[in-house]
Amino acid sequence: MKLSYLFRRLVFLVIVIWTAATLLFFIPRLSPVNPIRERFLAIARSTGYLPTDLNTIIASFETKFGLDKPLPQQYVDYMRSVLRGDLGVSLMSYPKTVNQLIGEALPWTLGLLTVTTIITFLVGTAIGALASWPKSPQWVKGMVTPLIVLAAIPPQVLGLLLIYFVAFKLNILPMTGAFDPGDLPNLSITFILDVARHAILPSLTLVLAYIGFWALGMRGMGVTVQGEDYVLFAEHKGLPQNRVFYAYYVRNAILPQVTSLALAFGGIISAGVLVESVFGFPGIGSTLTAAIAANDYFVIYGIGFITILAVGVSMLVVDLIYPLLDPRIRYDRK
Amino acid sequence: MTTTTGMPVLQVSDLRVTYYTDAGRTRAVDGVNLTLYAGERLGLVGESGCGKSTMALALMRMIKPPGRIETGSVLVGPAGDQVDTLKLTEQQMLQARLSRIAYIPQGAMNSLNPVMKIQSQMIDAMRAHNVKGDHDELVRRAEVALESVELRRTVMRMYPHELSGGMKQRVCIAISILLSPKVIIADEPTSALDVVVQRQVMETICRVQEKLGAAVILIGHDMGLMAQITNRVAVMYAGKLVELSTVREMFTNPLHPYAQALISSLPNLENKGVFQSIPGLAPSLLRLPNGCTFHPRCKYAMDVCKTLAPPQSVTPSGRYVFCHLYDREGNRVQQPAVAGNGNAPHQKVPVAEN
Repeated sequence: MKLSYLFRRLVFLVIVIWTAATLLFFIPRLSPVNPIRERFLAIARSTGYLPTDLNTIIASFETKFGLDKPLPQQYVDYMRSVLRGDLGVSLMSYPKTVNQLIGEALPWTLGLLTVTTIITFLVGTAIGALASWPKSPQWVKGMVTPLIVLAAIPPQVLGLLLIYFVAFKLNILPMTGAFDPGDLPNLSITFILDVARHAILPSLTLVLAYIGFWALGMRGMGVTVQGEDYVLFAEHKGLPQNRVFYAYYVRNAILPQVTSLALAFGGIISAGVLVESVFGFPGIGSTLTAAIAANDYFVIYGIGFITILAVGVSMLVVDLIYPLLDPRIRYDRK
Repeated sequence: MTTTTGMPVLQVSDLRVTYYTDAGRTRAVDGVNLTLYAGERLGLVGESGCGKSTMALALMRMIKPPGRIETGSVLVGPAGDQVDTLKLTEQQMLQARLSRIAYIPQGAMNSLNPVMKIQSQMIDAMRAHNVKGDHDELVRRAEVALESVELRRTVMRMYPHELSGGMKQRVCIAISILLSPKVIIADEPTSALDVVVQRQVMETICRVQEKLGAAVILIGHDMGLMAQITNRVAVMYAGKLVELSTVREMFTNPLHPYAQALISSLPNLENKGVFQSIPGLAPSLLRLPNGCTFHPRCKYAMDVCKTLAPPQSVTPSGRYVFCHLYDREGNRVQQPAVAGNGNAPHQKVPVAEN
């Protein structure tokens, strides 16, 4: 592969991230709501006490966070600090920085979503491949239909159903959270088992909600590939069924699935937002939901920024690994 | 003919293939009898949908549901080493493919796995047939096969998309001869290629076939190619072989009215710009006419043709034909009764000349 290609791709990646980050910067600012004022009004509503010099207080906080400057100036300042790796401070959880908030939430999200994405991909793809293989038994072919039904249900609704039936009615698994309240995260066996117990329902929700897409995608490709002459010729060569299945059929049908997998990894940060909220799971999704509700600009920017970064990087990775999977794609030609 | 003096390597008798579709049962191959001799090249011609490719698949035992091979026997191999492929187990049939009977595919452009190197695809085939030897020996064997179809060894390490159409078809030929089969079925092996490459590929097929002493069934529409390449030609119509003759007899004196119409539909030098078309359309296999399936389109059709399927006539020279115009020895017994049944006579279709 030519280095110039890699260089062009990297420049493109930077442009994509910069454009998206710019849009992301201005969109929350279109709202007339002032997050600092809202915060004080909320305090006032709960305490019944409204400071008389509220406007002065708000103005001083705006100066502190740099919100009093003209918007273009704020934009330049923000971009500069992002380049230094500083995503700013949270307006709501001040003096916590956005970096700290993300650092606390990200491991939970990555743990949950990485595991479920891999399981979903493997199982879904396997079901899809078998379902489109003409020699599969009928019950395997029929498996896709219920999975499509599950895929049609919004994941957060699926999550609520599971909470109701499994956690509330049967009461065999915890309803919310990532660990028992009162525990502090540590590396003891009991804590890890507790985390695993809490993770079962959110994982199950995500797996059930997304497995249908993988199965359907693979089945669609499988149907196309199984009519290909090279699959027929492989049979004419007298190859055993399982060799035809893996090396000629799955190997070709899986190519678009791999693209989707890489993109799914890019979307890991955002994929579980609603499910995390439903389960009160302390991941990025819950943090983002809270930040949007409070118009916490810098947290929204920060999470948006790392999401864009993840998607952009995984698209680059897809491009780079694809020639390894499909020899027809090469970047070293003109 | 000298070619028929070789040993029989393929004896097909009463082969019947039926497709069970929602619209009804379709007999795509209907009682085909055929004997092929070592070193012989047989052309199999007929209109689209007449069952040529189905027959090829049936010989490979590759008919898939809703199709089924109903009856018949397909004896493959020289005398003393014959097997009836229709009686083999699934496992034995896998072994028989490629080693006893090989297939050169129609869609050469797409018949090789795009994500595997040529070498792996060839070794794959040998491994499946338990060819003895380590990796290096198999590689050498694959190289020999590639060289016999005039491809360089470097092709081994290439992917299919790096090859031209003709090269891909040669690779397919090389794969089909890897295990020296005695019968090779080539299903329109050159239809995707341009005429120059067509000729080269056909010559390659002929050369490897002669080297192996194998018999080739060449399926196709190209009568010109058939005339040049084959020794005998079989004409198929609505799932039946209606005539089987040596290539010379077929082109100079076809017996079956359908074969006659097929030959006279070819352009020739004396009659430039005017083609004879065959009136009507090939019948739907779902609703075959009674009697002789060709009678609605036949200009010689008689009353008997509408009710009784014609028996086989065999001429002293070994041609055979299914038609009521001939007695059991192939002598013409009925006088041609042109338009006797009210069918429109053959139309002349003028073709614009440049």
